[in-house]
Amino acid sequence: MPDVASAIVTELCALSDDALLDRLQRAAFSYFLQTCHPDTGLIADTTRDGAPASIAVVGFALACYPVAVERGWMTAADAMARAVTTMRFLWHSPQGEHGDATGYKGFFYHFLDRQTGRRVWQSELSPVDTTFLLAGILTASAYFTAEFPDAVEIRELADALYRRIDWRWMQNGDGTVWQGWKPDTGYLHYGWEGYSEALLMYVLGLASPTHPLSVHSYDIWTSTYQWEHLYGHDCLYAGPLFIHQFSHAWLDLESIQDRFMREKACDYFENTRRAIAIQRQYARRNPHEYEGYGDNCWGLSAGEGPGPKALRLNGRHRRFWGYVARGVPYGHDDGTLNPAAMLASLPFAPEMVLAALRHVCQRYPQVADERGLRNGFNPTISDDGSPCWVSTAHLGLDQGIVVLMIENHRSRLIWRLMRECPDIKLGLRRAGFEGGWL
Amino acid sequence: MATAPIVAEGNSWFSREGLHPADWKNPNPAALYDLVIIGAGPAGLLTAYEAGRLGAKVALVERNLFGGNCLNTGCVPSKTLIRTSRLYADMRHADQYGAQPPGDVVVDFGAAMERVRRIRARIARETSITDLTAIGVDVFFGEGRFAGRAAVAVSGDTLRFERALIATGTRPTIPSIPGLTTAGYETHDTIFELTERPDRWVVLGGGPTGCELSQALCRLGSMVTLVQSEPMFLSGEERDAAQILSDAFERDGIEIRLNTEAVAVRLDGTRKLVDVVRDGDTATLVADSILVGVGETPNVDGLNLGAAGVDYDAMEGIRVDDFLTTTNANIYAAGDVCAKRRFTHFEGASSRLVVQNALCSGRQRVSALTIPWCTYTDPEIAHVGLYVREARQQEIPVKTFTVLMHDVHRAICDGEEDGFVKIHVREGTDRILGATVVARHAGEMINDISLAIQSGIGLALLGRVIRPYPTQAAAIQMAADAFNARESEDSSKRKGPPLVE
Repeated sequence: MPDVASAIVTELCALSDDALLDRLQRAAFSYFLQTCHPDTGLIADTTRDGAPASIAVVGFALACYPVAVERGWMTAADAMARAVTTMRFLWHSPQGEHGDATGYKGFFYHFLDRQTGRRVWQSELSPVDTTFLLAGILTASAYFTAEFPDAVEIRELADALYRRIDWRWMQNGDGTVWQGWKPDTGYLHYGWEGYSEALLMYVLGLASPTHPLSVHSYDIWTSTYQWEHLYGHDCLYAGPLFIHQFSHAWLDLESIQDRFMREKACDYFENTRRAIAIQRQYARRNPHEYEGYGDNCWGLSAGEGPGPKALRLNGRHRRFWGYVARGVPYGHDDGTLNPAAMLASLPFAPEMVLAALRHVCQRYPQVADERGLRNGFNPTISDDGSPCWVSTAHLGLDQGIVVLMIENHRSRLIWRLMRECPDIKLGLRRAGFEGGWL
Repeated sequence: MATAPIVAEGNSWFSREGLHPADWKNPNPAALYDLVIIGAGPAGLLTAYEAGRLGAKVALVERNLFGGNCLNTGCVPSKTLIRTSRLYADMRHADQYGAQPPGDVVVDFGAAMERVRRIRARIARETSITDLTAIGVDVFFGEGRFAGRAAVAVSGDTLRFERALIATGTRPTIPSIPGLTTAGYETHDTIFELTERPDRWVVLGGGPTGCELSQALCRLGSMVTLVQSEPMFLSGEERDAAQILSDAFERDGIEIRLNTEAVAVRLDGTRKLVDVVRDGDTATLVADSILVGVGETPNVDGLNLGAAGVDYDAMEGIRVDDFLTTTNANIYAAGDVCAKRRFTHFEGASSRLVVQNALCSGRQRVSALTIPWCTYTDPEIAHVGLYVREARQQEIPVKTFTVLMHDVHRAICDGEEDGFVKIHVREGTDRILGATVVARHAGEMINDISLAIQSGIGLALLGRVIRPYPTQAAAIQMAADAFNARESEDSSKRKGPPLVE
């Protein structure tokens, strides 16, 4: 397949920036059409055979349908039909304490059978993945404002699904939100300290019309933040790049500040810019001497990898992981980069991202195919004489964040919709955000 | 600390004549002691020396061995074993230093353990009962037990006191896991007496003891599975430090089981089967030996503390105020038996504090002490002062200056690039609130910062210290340089530097 890959990349690289982004964005969106179950609207987590649905990916899909309508890739009627199918299914799917329900207390299990909607893989009831689902639902609700029956039903279902979520039940007393819950073992007690993609979760939880999180929960969570001077940049630290992107897909955080950011004279948008700079600095230093790293080759984030395995390569012991959250500067780092995480940085540092995107595509053409960017590549290891290892699957989260972030870069569509969403504004204000557009 | 389980005569411990002479005869008690100390671990011994030198009439009561956990079953033997294990690790990875690895690295576990006991015996010679008696300290062997608010009974004698110190230390906490006792287990009390290497270990507990010994045992050739109930190792440490440690463990080949509880232990012939649960998923681990390292329990049983009016908690130990006074104003506690964080060096510091407060009308406070600590894994993890979360809980704005060891020339030369120096300052000032160092020699590096905190030296001034080049401690200099550079920037530039570096 290298020749095919090269041909695709040659074609991509010949395009203008805007045309290139359009191609990649549309290719990413095609994921949702190809992996959507027609009866339930649930979207596969990955392109791997038998992959279940991920509720977070469903949320990304719901937010991407308006993009597709605006870009002319889909009719509004089709988009509304898909959204209403999905939301209707979620509303009517079983909620309860039993282990094979779809959700409980309004939350949904992380992974569901795409056909039946039943919990699979003994996955956890996930507040953060429910958050991304809800964000997609609210996006659809904000976009489909006409009085068509489907649009009306979308808005009604969105309200009902939001109201059903018992955020307080998922809150540890007056403290932070649990990372999850399982029918057999109860709440998960994983540590959830420091800045993370949970920002959006707190915003939506605080704004709940029925069971809002206490304001105190946000204060406690942000009290675990680490403000670090790292590689010459002051930054609210988080290692994996996706953490600096996922909440931003929906929230326009430029020039608005919560208490922490006021204290630091910064904002979360600027913070992501600095996180990108730190990623580049790390790639330039390349302390573990992996192949390929440099100013235009970076992007350590969550994703697949060539492991788990340990190899001796060029006289060095190398350990590779499978799916893991990679990050800088403390790891994990096994030489695997996520091109989608790099591309999703577009609204924050467009020149850097476009330069890196073209460099990576030219040097490692296997990272792109007709379905968009693959989840991971690793130039330190190759399977078959090709210049790098590439993951075989496409991941829904990658495709979703690419579609939304390219769109925010191009038209700010998602940010505009969410800025007008009363729930988003209320949640931000309850979290202490002020200033700017708010 | 001073009350490790009494072992049978003939055990090698009792051959260390200086720590509990076999023919010891307790002296006749004085009519009244200025200070009676229960426990001859580091805190008790240091207090006895200090008080004796001051001319106080002192009685020291010990039920087992002088030296306590640190010497006999803790810091000294574990660090000795760790040194051997590091050597084996370096031999295996010699090619990463441009050296030829030995053809066949064969671990001699018995020799490693013999070295542990030899070095322990050597250091034990520094602890001399004769020296104590020479300065007038009366040494009593036997179970000390309060006989009222101002008296201690020991081996048939009653020791009356003006002041008393409880320094009885801790013992390993044994979790109530069904089948564990029947199957048998090791703790830091027993492991250093081994002469043969078990091939497969299951280590319960990801705190300092579990982490240090897991890595050492793995490097000495055993297969090790480390079971930790929490989501990260060294609960309470900075998560980035724990992350680096997890990575190091993986490279060593330790099987890591986080968020995992051991729920049962069974015997299968000579094998021990440990049933574990993680998020409802069960698994069975196979071991030849189990090491329990889940924490320490204070030695408060049998002291008859109620009769003395001393309040305590069975798990947290004796309750003391900031002056180390118990609820009986004439009785103090020091060391592990009353400390939230249990370190030998705190025992020394607290003993000096007790001498001042109990015998010299002092008013020295524990809260005024600057107490660093270190976990001696590879890399080591050292900390002093406040953590970021503690500062923020106190509404103190914090900024952290971070230097990665992979930016430090000497660390690069040494091939010891894993880790960082993080120095936390109060935002807008150079006042150092705390620091964490993760590096191969973090325990040495943290001392610069401890000195600065104790002396009130800010990070700006710390940057003016001239150091030899190259050293790994240059990381501290680099953090100070970053602080000074940042401070010199116009506050209007706080939006951050341009992204073109």
